[in-house]
This record gives sequence, structure tokens and C-alpha cells, in this order.
Amino acid sequence: MKLGRIILAAAAIAVATPAAADLVFPSLSYRTGPYAPNGIPFADGYADYFTLVNERDGGIGGEKARVLECETGYNTEKGVECYEATKGEGSLVYQPLSTGITYQLIPKVTADNIPLHTMGYGRTSAANGKIFEWVFNYPGTYWDAASIIVKHIISEEGGDVSGKKIALVYHNSAYGKEPIRTLEELAKKHGYELLLLPVDHPGQEQKGTWLQVRKERPDYVVMWGWGVMNQVAIKEAASIRFPMDKFIGVWWSASENDVLPAGDAANGYKAITMHGVGGDFPIYADLKPHVYDKGLAAGAGDQTGTVLYNRGMQAAMLAVEAAKKAQEIHGVADITPAMMRDGMEALEITDAVLDANGLPGFMPTFAVSCDNHGVPGLGAIQQWDASTKTWSLITDFVGADRDVVDPLIAEDSGAYAAEANIAERACN
Amino acid sequence: MFYRETGDFKTSYAGDIQTFPLALDRNRFWIVVAFAFLVVPFFVNSYWEKAVLLPFFIYALAAIGLNILTGYCGQVSLGTGGFMAVGAYACYKFMTGMDIYIPMGGGEYYEILLPPLNIAACIFLGGLTTAFVGILFGLPSLRIKGFYLAVATLAAQFFLVWLFNKWEWTYNYSATGQITATETSLFGILITGPNTEPWATYLFCLTFLFIFGWIARNLVRGRIGRQWMAIRDMDIAAEIIGVNPLKAKLTAFAISSFYIGMAGALYFAVWNGAAEPTESFAIDKSFDVLFMIIIGGLGSIFGSLIGAAFIVLLPVLMKNLLVGMLGWPTDIAEYLQLIVVGGLIVFFLIKEPHGIAALWRTIKEKLRLWPFPY
Repeated sequence: MKLGRIILAAAAIAVATPAAADLVFPSLSYRTGPYAPNGIPFADGYADYFTLVNERDGGIGGEKARVLECETGYNTEKGVECYEATKGEGSLVYQPLSTGITYQLIPKVTADNIPLHTMGYGRTSAANGKIFEWVFNYPGTYWDAASIIVKHIISEEGGDVSGKKIALVYHNSAYGKEPIRTLEELAKKHGYELLLLPVDHPGQEQKGTWLQVRKERPDYVVMWGWGVMNQVAIKEAASIRFPMDKFIGVWWSASENDVLPAGDAANGYKAITMHGVGGDFPIYADLKPHVYDKGLAAGAGDQTGTVLYNRGMQAAMLAVEAAKKAQEIHGVADITPAMMRDGMEALEITDAVLDANGLPGFMPTFAVSCDNHGVPGLGAIQQWDASTKTWSLITDFVGADRDVVDPLIAEDSGAYAAEANIAERACN
Repeated sequence: MFYRETGDFKTSYAGDIQTFPLALDRNRFWIVVAFAFLVVPFFVNSYWEKAVLLPFFIYALAAIGLNILTGYCGQVSLGTGGFMAVGAYACYKFMTGMDIYIPMGGGEYYEILLPPLNIAACIFLGGLTTAFVGILFGLPSLRIKGFYLAVATLAAQFFLVWLFNKWEWTYNYSATGQITATETSLFGILITGPNTEPWATYLFCLTFLFIFGWIARNLVRGRIGRQWMAIRDMDIAAEIIGVNPLKAKLTAFAISSFYIGMAGALYFAVWNGAAEPTESFAIDKSFDVLFMIIIGGLGSIFGSLIGAAFIVLLPVLMKNLLVGMLGWPTDIAEYLQLIVVGGLIVFFLIKEPHGIAALWRTIKEKLRLWPFPY
């Protein structure tokens, strides 16, 4: 034990030494385990975007970006270890890509004053910036997604869903349980019946769930899945011949890796998305000479143009833009996490910004504000075409039912504030 | 030569039966304890606390608990994760104010509302609640043995995790099913919540491990421990010489679950600050703790500590070494670490089936004779 301590001490010292003056962006990724099919493309996109910024622009405002990758395996214990291991290196913003880890980190980042960006995941009520000063979840939340999916179902049904049955197949964790409250509220409002079907981690075993779907015959199935659970669900749905165009996933059940294993049977599967699809954006013309051809691509380099790769780039792009904003506000290039937070809160994504980044029309434009960290809350529905193996957007970006979502956010964030003894800060 | 017992005379029975009869061992023990209590708190930072020391202490406590049941009493259990969950959820209920509703008929309820309790009391009560649940799940052990008992405890594991997902009262009806530790303090020093100082949580967990490790060590060499070992070695013979199997087995289940429950409570409240049953207390927790005691040494308190250190610290060490120092890709490091830990488990099981604790005994024996072995 003593020897072990000495070795550990030596290792810890060695780890702690590299501290160059650069902008540190930790990437709590997962390239192993049952969630790796989704974790790998996101982590690759995240890393590649920063490589592009370093190679093409020489960094952010002259400061090189350094991505610190740490493997979490989608496991909260390892996620916390990664957080503790990387926070001392001046990490500017955490993006854990896990709702479970997010729940662990919210109190920690608030105490340590490091911003946390949970892009379209995490705790929905963190959209209330008056209470969650250090947590951001733009450009959308789970409750927005749930509401937009229901909106889509309503329009599919010609405006009336009363008496219809909607099943929610969800990952039995904080992540999967997140939309339930919204779907229940919406059920009261629109008169549909909600059927809850939990799937336990890791989600490889779903025979019972889909047997129940077959028995209960819901009109629509909505899925809140992640990792290997997505592929299994789509395959199971295909095997009971559930109509794919009535099967709608959240934006985390919406990647190529989820639908490809089911082959042609997945044709017509729908999912909500918060950004554009495909590899036709001008940014790829920049990525090729600056990143791919130089052999700097992260991972195996085979994920380019996929949904989650694009989302990883989106996450990195939003972080870079926020860092630029922070440099602009404070007039220094070497920003601190607190400055980064100011940048995130003042972040404005306009068409000009998207064009400059080679991502025209990639996502809806928005401006973050002090009291709303979850803007704009828009989503579009995408559909899978198995013959061409491509996603395509079938609706415009639409907003959530704010009358339902906003009171829920106020209620839940208020409950958190009471529990954690946080006073609401003033926003002007 | 390095490990001498010559000249270490005892003049009393108390001196003869103490845990460390050799002055060398005793002094070494006290030096380690003094170092842990008096020196480390001044240097511990939040990485060491959260990633290395707290998990080590908490798993060590759980491993001591399982070792009492499996190593000393011979009852194989795969329900450790579930029992840790009981400890964690009981602790959560006590720290947020336990509310019990007893139906009185006719829609009337008799309410028992406890105020939020002191954190140390919550941990202890978490352990007690788990002890009670452990007794319930230990009842089948009176009729079934070996693999069959392992399967029965496996049922406990799945049932308990399912229960904490399903029964909303246990997580105070939170929307996500997560439990989050509230901010609590002991003697005015924060113990749980995000604003704790590393030394405070470190000392808190270390104190629990020290006190209950001490108690466990003395339990297993006393009357109860000897009964457990008699049952383990041959239950029929034990019964014939007058050991009550009901009492011995159920006390083993109760005390083992008590330790595991406290470990679960510390895991949730002090170390992680939040937990959800499916992920935090899944079946792999049960296996991890079982590996700890098998590698460390069945039937040895010291083995529980060394096994916990092995399983908890080796992955962290390898990660720091491969990714931090050598700059390897994180996924390759992760896979390699799985291979190495798995390989070492197989290696130890072949080379030293009685665990690292037995290896340590052999080393001591060799050191005693060195440099003139006969």
C-alpha cells in the first residue's frame, strides 16, 4: 500500500506538470463501453473542430486550444474522477455528454466557478439562468424536445391526438426520466394517453418492452435512448413491424450508428434534431486540408459527416464562439473560467457567425441571456432513408409549447433553489 | 532480520492476545495511522480525495463487510450493490427528514416525521437499516448454501435496485429518480454538499473506516467470529459443538450488511453527493467488492483493505500513467487497463489463491529468516 502511494504520488506530480498558457477544453468522452457507438463520433467532432481552429486560425484570439480528453465510459464515478483530474488545469468549460454526470457536476461547478455546458441534455431546469448561474443548456432542452415531438405528432394526426396512445421507451436513468413530466403535462392538455416503458442500463435486453408495445398497440412510440439501447430498440421495433414513421427518437437517438444495424427495416424512422444534417457544409472543405490530410483527425477518422460528429463540432463551435466573446468582453486572450462564463452568457449566434464558421444554416440563430440559458429551444424532425443511408429534415425548426414548458422550468428550478439554498440572482 | 520477534516478551494475557503481538507490527500500524490522521489531511487535495482516498476508504469498508459474510462465515453474497443502495437511500431519507406514514384504516394515516438528522447519525442509521434488510435476505441462508445462496442474494441485488427505481417515496418523489445529498456539517465543518474541504471528508471517512475496522478486527477474533468460522469450515460440526447456525448466520448477515450499508451511505452522501440506483448500485458493484475480498484475501481484515486498494487504485494509477504521462489515446488505455486488471486477477488467483494478505504473510516469514533461511 505504501509503495502504491509513492508511485501514485509520482504519477500525480507527473500529470500535474504540463501547464502551458493555453485555453483548456476538457472532453469527458467515452470511447469504450455500451455507449461508445454514440460517444466516439461526438468526441471526434469535438476534438477535430478544435484542431481545425488551431491549425487554420492559429487558435482562439491567438491562444492555442488544448483538448484534454478523459475517458468516462458514461459512468458517473469515472466522470467525477475526470472532473477532479482536469479542473486544476484551468479548464474553461465542461461538456460531459451525460445527464448522470451533469447532475453530479452541477453543484461542483457552482462551487468551483467553472461553467458547465450541457447542450440539449442534463437538467432541463438549468435553463433558468437566475438560479443556475454556471450551467447552460442552449440550444435546447429535453422538455423542448418532448414538446416539439408531441407537436409533430399532433400535426401528423391532423390536429387532434385525444384518445391516442403514445408510448415513451426510455433509458431508466435520470436522462430517460427527464421528459416524463412534460409528456404528462402535455397529455393532460391534449388528451392523449401516455404509456411509460423503462429500459434498464445498458439496454441490450428489450424483448419485454417491445412485447408490451405489441400488446398495448400505442399509436406512436417516442424514444429517449442512448448508446446500444437505440440500435436494439429500432431492431426490436422492426421485428414487431411497428411502423417506423410513428417511431420518433429524441436527438440522442438520432444518429447513423443507431439506424444502420437495423438495415432496410429502419427506413422511415424519425427523430428530432437541433442542427442540420450531412457532410455538405463548407466547413468540411476546411477540415480536409487542415485536419484530415495532415493526419490530425481524432479517433479512427471515419465518423465525419455523421449526426453526432456534426453535434460534436457544434458543441466545440459554441465553446469557441463563447471564448471569443469572453476575450472581447474582458480584453484579454488568456481567459479564465469565470470570464468564459460571461462569454457564454453573452453568446450570440447569428447567421454571420455560422457563415464565418462554414456552417451556414446549420442551426437556428439565438442569443443567450442572463435569465435564459436554454435558448432558442427549437428543433426540427429528421427522417432516415435506408436506401441512400441519409437523414433529411422533413420539417422546419419549430419552437416548443412554452405555455407548458416554462412553468415546469420555473417550478423545478425553484425546487432546486430551495433544496440547495440558492438565492435567485438579479438579471437586468 | 528485518522482521524480528526475538526479545519481544509478554508478561500478561492481555499483551499476548492483542491484535499486533509484535512490537514491530504494532509500531508500524501506529505510524501508518498517525500518518493518515495527522499528516495527510494537511496535504490532501480534491483530486486525491475524490479519485483516490475516499473511494479506497469506502470500498474498504464494503469489503470488510462482505469479508465478514463470505470470508469469515462462508456465505457467498452477490447482493453487495443492493445493500449499498439500501444504505444510501436510508441515509438520504434520514438526512432529508424521514417521513413514515402508517395507514390507520379509513384513509387515515399516522405520520411519523423526523427532522433531518446529523450526518454521522444518518450514516450509522443507514447501516442499521441495511442490517435489518440484510437479515431478511439472510433468512434463506438457513436452508440453502453455496451457489444456490449466491443466486438468492443475486435476487436481492436486482430486487433492491428495482425497488429504488420504482418506489418514489425512497427518492422523495424527485422527477429524475436521483437522490442528491443536502449540505450537512459536523461540529460546524461541512461534510456533504459541493462546498466541502477535502481534508474534512477525508477525515470523516477515515474515522469511520478506522473505528469500524477496529471493531471488525476484534469481532472476528472473538466469540462471534469464532462461531462464524466454525460455520464456514463445517456447519454440521459447528452445530454439534453447540454453535447456533441461525444466530451465527443471521449475525453475519446483519453485521456484514451494516458495514456495507454504511459504505453505501458514505458513497452516496460524502463521496459522490448524488446517486441513482441503476448506475451507482448495479451488479458490477457486487462483483467489484467480491473481487476485492478474493484478491485481498478471504477471511482477513487486512486483505479487505489491500483488495480495495488494488481494485480502486490500480485503474487510477494506470490511467494517470498511460494517458497523463505517456499520452496514449484514452480508449486504448481504458481497454489495456481492463486487460491488465483482469490478467492480474487471474495471476493472483493462480499464484496466490489465498490473496495478497497471504502473500504478505509469506513475505513476513521470509523477512524473518533473511538472510539465513534454513
